[in-house]
Amino acid sequence: MSDQERILKFQIFRYNPQKKGDKPRMVTYEVTEAPGMTIFIALNDIREHQDPSLQFDFVCRAGICGSCAMVVNGQPTLACRTLTSNYENGEIKLLPLPGFELIGDLSVNTGKFMRAMSERVESWIHDQNADKVNFEKLEERMDPDVADQIYELERCVECGCCVSACATKRMRPDFLSAVGFMRLARFALDPRDKRTDQEFYEIMGDDDGVFGCMTLLGCEDYCPKDLPHQTQIAYLRRKMVFVK
Amino acid sequence: MKVIYTDSLVIGGGLAGLRVAIASMQRGFDTIVLSLVPAKRSHSAAAQGGMQASLGATIKGDGDDEEIHFGDTVRGSDWGCDQDVARMFVNTAPKAIRQLSAWGVPWSRVRRGDREVVINGKKVTITEKNEAHGLITARDFGGTKKWRTCYTSDGAGHTMLYTMDNKAIQMGIPVHERKEAIALIHEDGVCYGAIVRDLITGELMAYVAKATTIATGGYGRLYAISTNAVISEGIGNAIALETGIATLGNMEAVQFHPTAIVPVGILTTEGCRGDGGLLLDKDGYRFMPDYEPDKKELASRDVVSRRMTEHMRKGKGVPSRYGDHLWLDITLLGRKHIEKNLREVKEICEYFLGIDPVEELIPVRPTQHYSMGGIRTKASGESPTLKGLFSAGEAACWDMHGFNRLGGNSVAETVVAGMIVGEYVADYCEQNPLNVSTSTIQHFMKQEEKKISDLLVRDFGENPFELKAAMQKIMMDKVGIFRNGEDLEQAVEDLKVLNQRAKKIALRNRISSSNPELVEAIRVPKMIKLALCVAYGAWLRTESRGAHSREDYLERNDRDWLKRTLTTWKDDSADLPEVSYEDLDIMKMEMPPGSRGYGVDNTVHHPDTARREQEIEEIKKANPGADRFELQQLLNPITIPEKFKGKNERIGRGFK
Repeated sequence: MSDQERILKFQIFRYNPQKKGDKPRMVTYEVTEAPGMTIFIALNDIREHQDPSLQFDFVCRAGICGSCAMVVNGQPTLACRTLTSNYENGEIKLLPLPGFELIGDLSVNTGKFMRAMSERVESWIHDQNADKVNFEKLEERMDPDVADQIYELERCVECGCCVSACATKRMRPDFLSAVGFMRLARFALDPRDKRTDQEFYEIMGDDDGVFGCMTLLGCEDYCPKDLPHQTQIAYLRRKMVFVK
Repeated sequence: MKVIYTDSLVIGGGLAGLRVAIASMQRGFDTIVLSLVPAKRSHSAAAQGGMQASLGATIKGDGDDEEIHFGDTVRGSDWGCDQDVARMFVNTAPKAIRQLSAWGVPWSRVRRGDREVVINGKKVTITEKNEAHGLITARDFGGTKKWRTCYTSDGAGHTMLYTMDNKAIQMGIPVHERKEAIALIHEDGVCYGAIVRDLITGELMAYVAKATTIATGGYGRLYAISTNAVISEGIGNAIALETGIATLGNMEAVQFHPTAIVPVGILTTEGCRGDGGLLLDKDGYRFMPDYEPDKKELASRDVVSRRMTEHMRKGKGVPSRYGDHLWLDITLLGRKHIEKNLREVKEICEYFLGIDPVEELIPVRPTQHYSMGGIRTKASGESPTLKGLFSAGEAACWDMHGFNRLGGNSVAETVVAGMIVGEYVADYCEQNPLNVSTSTIQHFMKQEEKKISDLLVRDFGENPFELKAAMQKIMMDKVGIFRNGEDLEQAVEDLKVLNQRAKKIALRNRISSSNPELVEAIRVPKMIKLALCVAYGAWLRTESRGAHSREDYLERNDRDWLKRTLTTWKDDSADLPEVSYEDLDIMKMEMPPGSRGYGVDNTVHHPDTARREQEIEEIKKANPGADRFELQQLLNPITIPEKFKGKNERIGRGFK
């Protein structure tokens, strides 16, 4: 980390659909870089000292909650954990994540999309006994390796980077996308979920599902949690192709 | 006027709020959850370490049960907690974790046979029992006698929150996202919902409900540096305070976590030390054993944070441009363990510090982390003064944490309180008709509309961002880990000035729809009021208890201070809350006050302590055949919802 202060140049997409007559445009802001500065810190600095109307979403600011995905110099990523020092020439261009409804400026409605995704893939354990379980008794046992494997796939934070990086999603508006496939793979792996392959096929066995994927794998490239999208999509396709 | 009716209104979409919503929905009541953000992004997700529940499956948890968990929790609270609530909690926690297991949380499991762990800086082999294979395992955490913190890698909060939200989605519970409750609706001492602002359109709506539950988390963002998410600003607490009827409890009880990274204050989990990590000073020296030879790095959080601060004050801190810090060393745990069980920590170190914690030391220092205080509730979760208002989780002072919360007891509280309070919320919905006049709704709506329109027309005035920064600095400098009368008095005076200035906020961006400056302008005056409750309560409490540590009153003073601080804000034009106290009755305690076993015991005892100890001895003598359940009934009979009354099974001992 250099001790010399430099002036960062942020080019930020501005558009507030709530404001009559507002038009999309790029606006440039200059910020004095501080050691360890992240885009989270820089954007708050701009909001507090230059333009209080600037909209963006941060919650945990620690790379855990998935709120702050945006396009930074052409790459979708979590802004909160992106250090400004990563950009040698000090020029940083920020755009809202494509593929989602725009709320304003850098804020997009990932929540609405993800809830719909969860409803579509029925993102819960399907077991009629799950609610009748006697929780006074020992829990059902699970192989320790299986538990670890499920957690590996459950690490998704629903940030939406995979959706924004997906070429198929551009062409097919209803394409389920990697986030949905990862969720399905997670439940397909879970012995507590009693769904059959046929039932999973009903959810994803078409061109808006796993067979629509063009395998360009932007999801794999841009997943901030390094989830194994490529493997899981291949696994689901194999699994689905054998459904009669 | 847009009015939305429901039975059970839940404000906050984290673990506690969702669990309350699930409980009321399961009982057949129409339920709506309001959330500032998509529910899965709530701060619950950031809980890395895990959830305490005395399952006793791992060999290092062998022999654990409700009694030991109870003892740890009460001791950890420095006897400031409500022991009835702590009892309800420890008895229900095993059920909560097993229910979550059935609903989908991939809890890490016991693997039979030998495994290598690090204890007290040394590699040790432990052998897990054959019959425990596949049951939920646990790790060590500070201030506990057994390994009791159940986890999924270091993403326990994440997996719990995802499972809970998925359950809510399965049940069709609507979560109204990007909605902020800015005032409660109440009439004749009964709460009937909230006035809510849509953060996108700016529209104000009335959500009218039989029961209203506030589960908005803590108020960590009153401090400039906090491990908390940026949304943890205490607004749920503030709208309860602003009713002038609901009370807040123990607002001065604020926890500082020993190991947040410097400078940004992001948490590295207690699991780092639980799994064997050490604290080192500028000379690379492991100093904790000198201060706490027994528990060392795994003393209770408040104790470790104070010891670290003391050590830095002796000149042993590592100097940096952001002030002194110490080192957290997890290198001895090895790459395999870190990449599997402490992966979030590793990611945080890589992204925010540019270091690899497998090989390098992590710069840490104590940082604001948890709010023990909150909306005072009865054991049922209902406000004792404002009927129909409930609270659960960190937002509440249900009061199982007293003056210091144990690691692993926070997410545990969210789900256990969610279960228990959720049942009482449903009972309330069952027993009470919705009977509120529309003029009352309109009155509150008009009041909020006026506040916002005043903000939008004022030409000159205060900048809300500046006011907030000034408040946060006061809290950091004067209401921190170590406190003293002089600083606290000054903090109160400075905050009173800010409270006046906050009445004259003017905006640069004067639009009523989606507008971050307006959001700030609505929140900041509320936050300053909360800050006053914290600082004023801390100033008045002339003793040291748990996380409230007074340099001018070093002793825990049970004789004069075994009581809960209650604050109300009755007069909106006042600059200070009204403070009263509620005694904790030693004669009803299952575990009368004693020593926590850290440092010198300088407690000023209450005369009842010896009386109660003797009484307990006599009860025990008179009932020689009583088992632990019967004894608990004799010493601490509690009411608990019927469905949670059963005993909990453990391997090797059944339901005993």
